Amino acid sequence: MPSRSLSYTRRWATGRTDRRVERSLGALAVVVLVFIVAILATVLVKAWPSFSHNGLSWFGPGGNVDTQIRAMAESKPLPGHSIYYFRAWPLIWGTLLTTIFAVLIALVVSILAAIFLTEFAPPPVRRMLDPVIRLLAGVPSVIYGLIGILVIASYIEHHVISEARKASVAYVVQLNGKDVMTATLILTLMILPIMVAITANAMAAVPLSWREGSLALGVNRWRTIWRVSLRTARPAIVAATILATARALGEAVMLAMVSGGRGFAPNLLDGITALFEPVRPLAATIFENSEGLTIPALAHTVYAIGAVLLVSAALLSLSGWASKQRLKRYGIRA
Amino acid sequence: MSTAQLASAPPSGSTIARAPRERTNSWPLVDRVGYWLCWTVGISLCLIALAIVLFMLIKGISYLRPSLLVRSPAPSQVQSQSGGFLDPIEGTLLVAGLGTVIAAPLGVAIAAWLSEYARPAWLARTVESALEIIAGAPSVVLALFGLLIFAQNFLGFLSQRAASGAVYGRSFFAAGAIMAVLALPLIVGATREGLAQLPDRLREASFALGRTRATTIRRVLLPAIRADIATGTVLGMGRIIGDTAIIRILLGAALTIQPVGHVPLIGALRGTGSTLTSYVYENSPAGEGNAPQKAYAAAFVLLLIVLFLNGIVTWLTNRGGQSERGGLSRAFRLIPYWSRLNGP
Repeated sequence: MPSRSLSYTRRWATGRTDRRVERSLGALAVVVLVFIVAILATVLVKAWPSFSHNGLSWFGPGGNVDTQIRAMAESKPLPGHSIYYFRAWPLIWGTLLTTIFAVLIALVVSILAAIFLTEFAPPPVRRMLDPVIRLLAGVPSVIYGLIGILVIASYIEHHVISEARKASVAYVVQLNGKDVMTATLILTLMILPIMVAITANAMAAVPLSWREGSLALGVNRWRTIWRVSLRTARPAIVAATILATARALGEAVMLAMVSGGRGFAPNLLDGITALFEPVRPLAATIFENSEGLTIPALAHTVYAIGAVLLVSAALLSLSGWASKQRLKRYGIRA
Repeated sequence: MSTAQLASAPPSGSTIARAPRERTNSWPLVDRVGYWLCWTVGISLCLIALAIVLFMLIKGISYLRPSLLVRSPAPSQVQSQSGGFLDPIEGTLLVAGLGTVIAAPLGVAIAAWLSEYARPAWLARTVESALEIIAGAPSVVLALFGLLIFAQNFLGFLSQRAASGAVYGRSFFAAGAIMAVLALPLIVGATREGLAQLPDRLREASFALGRTRATTIRRVLLPAIRADIATGTVLGMGRIIGDTAIIRILLGAALTIQPVGHVPLIGALRGTGSTLTSYVYENSPAGEGNAPQKAYAAAFVLLLIVLFLNGIVTWLTNRGGQSERGGLSRAFRLIPYWSRLNGP
């Protein structure tokens, strides 16, 4: 029976190839996994000296953070402190301010935009808005930064901030339009597309019959959207917010260009003036100090900032992913 | 009823039953305010995008000269002598090409494994969450990691060595490799999205014909999702082209391409240089050059490339027709992938 043995051999052979393919593809995946774990591990290891010298005060306030960074860059320890002395609070506060403001504004705007896109926009408008949002998502951050620094910052400096306001804080900071306000506005525009996309996708996936049921009960369109569509899409909105927060945390280039580049912690109790004061978020600090990585102390500090960002972004990514799993309970894939 | 009428009628189930115009007269005031807020937001988003494009277009047309595209940057205080951005354009192509060449096959392979094999399950889940982490990792941090890795002694052949033997760690190789990490989640995401949409009968038919899983993937599944793979690759390319942080950290501040050694392509890859994004940054008031006209001109070229890639994505995803979900385009549904994996 030559033919039978032949077919047996062939099946055996191909079965083996199949296993081999599975193993090699799996091995590739493992290589990538190892690579990703290596990223986490090396950044943390490299960051350790900075954390161990400063302890938890690393995250706290204390002194001028720009002076501390300059001391490291020049390898001249500040009097009475080790070379690693670093208090990141102004940078963390700058990150929190820009991120939280931007995410809050974007949350409101993105929900309205998603409702408009999925429910109210007439088809021609929808066909226009759809590529518009994709364009906003695709514009490189350096272009946003360029427009921010050359157009928005100078407009805010000359037309929004009054001379009296500038004079009132002139002995502490110079208000030049590169500030929390400019950074927040552009950051909002940058994270908006992701939030609109995730929310609109989830809302479009809400079963039509649920909405029809509500409409048939005499509930008007707006309340149907609010109580049925938006309520069903809530996990997606949570996910969108978390993911947009991660994106805003990691934005470096645009913020380095428009946030003012000073490790300054605006006091919100100063009211509106605080919004016109410069900050420098964590990611922008890494970006601006990338030239000095040959200096050990500065390098460890920069990697420590990187580790903080990496860990927070990782936690946010994973919780964003987890919160989207709840959508699957409704049988919605968004 | 003629066939022409049938063809012109909207396909059943493709549109949500929708009143021609929303009648809001009977709504409570709060609801009406919400309705008009939606309109305001929608229209202002369009206006903002239009303003950005028009502004860049006006600036681009007024500052872009053909000579800028063919001349190398030169160090000079005088605007007319500081050259153009030929090198940054070449650098952009170099990084985008290298990053895509690394990321595309790797991404498709991982997506195929995750979607079609995924055994053992715990390993697949770990790989998934690792990709999720990498998709959300800030690109500055990835760049920091790249600098650390490529400055290792055994990777010295990918960049250059100082006389003391220290490895520089900054090169197009390094930038391209880290850019591949940036593009990987996009390609994995788009490929998996495509694989998830293929009906199971396709796989079953192939198995019934005696094909193994591996052959099915290679001969049936991957050809069927070519458009999705291409979409992911183009999106990844767009992300690579738009990134500044990795370029600035892994290529340094030099504006011209500075090859190492004399082998044409390899030498350039081992050397440093710039891309359009880092050129824009260096020439903006934030950088050292401070030549806004040059920055606008380069940014305009960059925006044109992005718009072109956007157009390719639209073309690739619209070939299958609009998706039935509320009339949103398939390309729109991929936006979350632009910045992270976050797939099904």
